[in-house]
Amino acid sequence: MKNLFDTSTFFIWTAGIALGVILVIFSGIIYISTVGATDYFVPGKINRIQILGDSMILGQIISVQNVTDEFGGIDESILVKVGNREIYGYDFVRLEKSKIKKNNIDKNHPIIIERMQNGNFIGYLNGIVKNTDTIYFYSKPDKEVLLDLFDISNSIKSDIRVYEVEKIGNLNSKIDNIRRKINKLDYQSRRDNKAGKNELRQQLEEQIQSLESKYSEYMELIDELYQKSNSFALLVSDISGNNHIIPAINIHSYYYPNDLGIIPKIKLISKKLWEFVVLEPRESNTEGGIFPAIFGTVMMVILMSIIAVPIGVVTALFLNEYAGNGWWVKIIRITVYNLAGVPSIVFGIFGLGFFIYGVGGTIDSIFYPEYSPAPVWGTGGILWASLTLALLTVPVVIVSTEEALSSIPTEIREASIALGATKLQMVSKILLPASTPGIMTGLILAIARGAGEVAPLMITGVVKLAPDLPLDSTFPFFHLERKFMHLGFHIYDVGFQSPNVEAGFPMLFMTTLLLIIIVVMLNMIAIHIRSKLRQKISQGLL
Amino acid sequence: MKKSNKTFVEKIKSEDYSFYYNGKPALKNINISFPDKMVTSIVGPSGCGKTTLLRSINRLNDLIPKTTFSGDIFLDGISIFDKGVSTVLLRRKVGMIFQKSNPFPKSIFDNIAFGIKVNNITNDKHRIEFEVEQALKISGLWSEVKDNLSAPAMGLSGGQQQRLCLARALAVKPEILLLDEPAGALDPASTSKIEELIHTIKKTITIVIVTHNLQQAARLSDYTAFILNGELVEFDKTTKIFTNPSVKQTEDYVTGRFG
Ligand SMILES: Nc1ncnc2c1ncn2[C@@H]1O[C@H](COP(=O)(O)OP(=O)(O)OP(=O)(O)O)[C@@H](O)[C@H]1O
Ligand SMILES: [Mg+2]
Repeated sequence: MKNLFDTSTFFIWTAGIALGVILVIFSGIIYISTVGATDYFVPGKINRIQILGDSMILGQIISVQNVTDEFGGIDESILVKVGNREIYGYDFVRLEKSKIKKNNIDKNHPIIIERMQNGNFIGYLNGIVKNTDTIYFYSKPDKEVLLDLFDISNSIKSDIRVYEVEKIGNLNSKIDNIRRKINKLDYQSRRDNKAGKNELRQQLEEQIQSLESKYSEYMELIDELYQKSNSFALLVSDISGNNHIIPAINIHSYYYPNDLGIIPKIKLISKKLWEFVVLEPRESNTEGGIFPAIFGTVMMVILMSIIAVPIGVVTALFLNEYAGNGWWVKIIRITVYNLAGVPSIVFGIFGLGFFIYGVGGTIDSIFYPEYSPAPVWGTGGILWASLTLALLTVPVVIVSTEEALSSIPTEIREASIALGATKLQMVSKILLPASTPGIMTGLILAIARGAGEVAPLMITGVVKLAPDLPLDSTFPFFHLERKFMHLGFHIYDVGFQSPNVEAGFPMLFMTTLLLIIIVVMLNMIAIHIRSKLRQKISQGLL
Repeated sequence: MKKSNKTFVEKIKSEDYSFYYNGKPALKNINISFPDKMVTSIVGPSGCGKTTLLRSINRLNDLIPKTTFSGDIFLDGISIFDKGVSTVLLRRKVGMIFQKSNPFPKSIFDNIAFGIKVNNITNDKHRIEFEVEQALKISGLWSEVKDNLSAPAMGLSGGQQQRLCLARALAVKPEILLLDEPAGALDPASTSKIEELIHTIKKTITIVIVTHNLQQAARLSDYTAFILNGELVEFDKTTKIFTNPSVKQTEDYVTGRFG
């Protein structure tokens, strides 16, 4: 017993316990997010529930909670996802167990149809509409029949996409460009206070008119396509026996959850997982994927690193190698070190005031006066957000680079100077390569801090739903003025801002899990590079 | 101090040179001349200012803040403190080996190539390879490392590292080599290798070596300087210093009755 209080044993124990607590907390976070996310991906069975009073409900049981009823007894409250939002006006119902008469898994092959709008439909498939024919099913239909139907609707869908995205998108950007030119002309004539180049303006107006007539042509074509697509549909009925028609074009996927074997189930889960990562969100972010948020997060972290690392390294080199040891250097150093502890929202406010209103506003007034009052750069965007986060993380890079630099022995510096190297050569050819692992450590810490930040982003460029990615195939490819989506903000939005919080819950957990995975992955990459660099340095290859 | 008749060409010469750390004198009015293409050893008890004197010659003391000096040092008759003298060119002419071997955290090859590159001796890849090989051959390291030039220098043994530092210094073809207890941290076998090396190059280069090992000083050097408390006590031919010194303190020191 005396040995326990022997200091070294005591410290080993405390350290061990601390480590254990951290591991438990961490695996707890992972566990909770994983369990929460499973609901989203593992298709639950559909139950047929008969309530006292004989009304029937068809839905998936999401959770069961103990509650106290009005007499003070314990009752179970069951949350059921019933879908069919456009019919009932809600997705979920809560039932007290005491009011349930009968509750069993539905054996009549109920179907779940994931729709592009209005969430899932839960009911029964009765037939299909194909052009002018209507085919009724009297048992579960052959897969081929349905596949055939979806083939047709998919081809119509891709036609529509060509018109909507490519042709109309093209037209829109052309019209935008011409409008901009007209605005510029107007702006110039207003500024110079004389009649503008009216001929040119006239020409441009005519161009717009011809483009606009083309536009309405396309719109008509699209309308026709939509009309056509409506005649390929599924005939379904809900639990009350009411029939509905769901156009195939409005269907994302469908499956029979109560008839799924183990392999189709796994297939379905992996398909959902895949779609979650690569698709865009639907239905105010509660359905579909989160690709734009992943993309935005990763791109912002990369931009931030590209900005923070060079600035941090140069600052550290200056402080450590050139600035000497005067009182002002000490003050700067203390300030920089303390900057790492400033709350991130303060950086956000600085970014808003300095980058967006200051720098962005100035850029707008010099280069884009014709857009006024609509801002181009004078509003939140991925560049400003990355710059703000770079400011937030640069102290971390400075500190670890300085640590690396000061751990390089004086003898090494003297050796290079004694060989006739200039100070710049010593710094760039000896010190910098030797401190790359330290710089990478700084980068790792910066990523760890920057990737999870949300608060400063909310006022510098993150949005709930961004129409375009900040990187795409239209010139100049990088659109750094664009707003972007971010996993951290996505969690906040889906979990706490959505009109349909319950529908978004599994999504919330999955997004959390993904954010953790991405931060860990970015770190792993940096750690991997660092160990490679260390190897190279120890092999003298840098 | 007693002066002997000078019978050599002066490569380096100091005139009333004093050096201060934080205003505290470490060298006081040193007047000494180092002969061209010969070996001069500097001996004296610990803390007497040997290293300080050595580092004054290539102005490495410039790197230490809050140091001052008075007097002058001449290289080939030109003051090394002259406004027109570039420290970079001075240090290219005056190579230095430190007590503790200090290879760069780079490969063996890059350690030697560094000096060649920063001094713009050549930028031709093959010339650099040739010069690296020459330097390694002179320092006797070639046969040991020729198959492993891209290996990290830090992986060599202490003695090998010190010979690498010698090769690195020699690769920029200095006129003067300053050695500050180059074998101070080495085993006898490595020490004798370093000594052999000094023997082979002493005909072509001016060498100033600081050592605590009096036998080594006797074996290696043509001239010997004895410093005590920052003052030059005696400077003369090595044989004279060790057999018949003119000053009592020198005699006490070389016979081991002192320090
Ligand atoms: N960087 C420094 N700052 C302040 N004082 C120093 C510094 N370097 C040396 N000194 C002082 O200057 C004096 C001479 O030091 P120096 O290193 O030249 O002696 P040395 O003869 O080389 O000694 P050793 O044989 O132990 O190497 C000593 O008193 C030492 O304390
Ligand atoms: Mg010394």
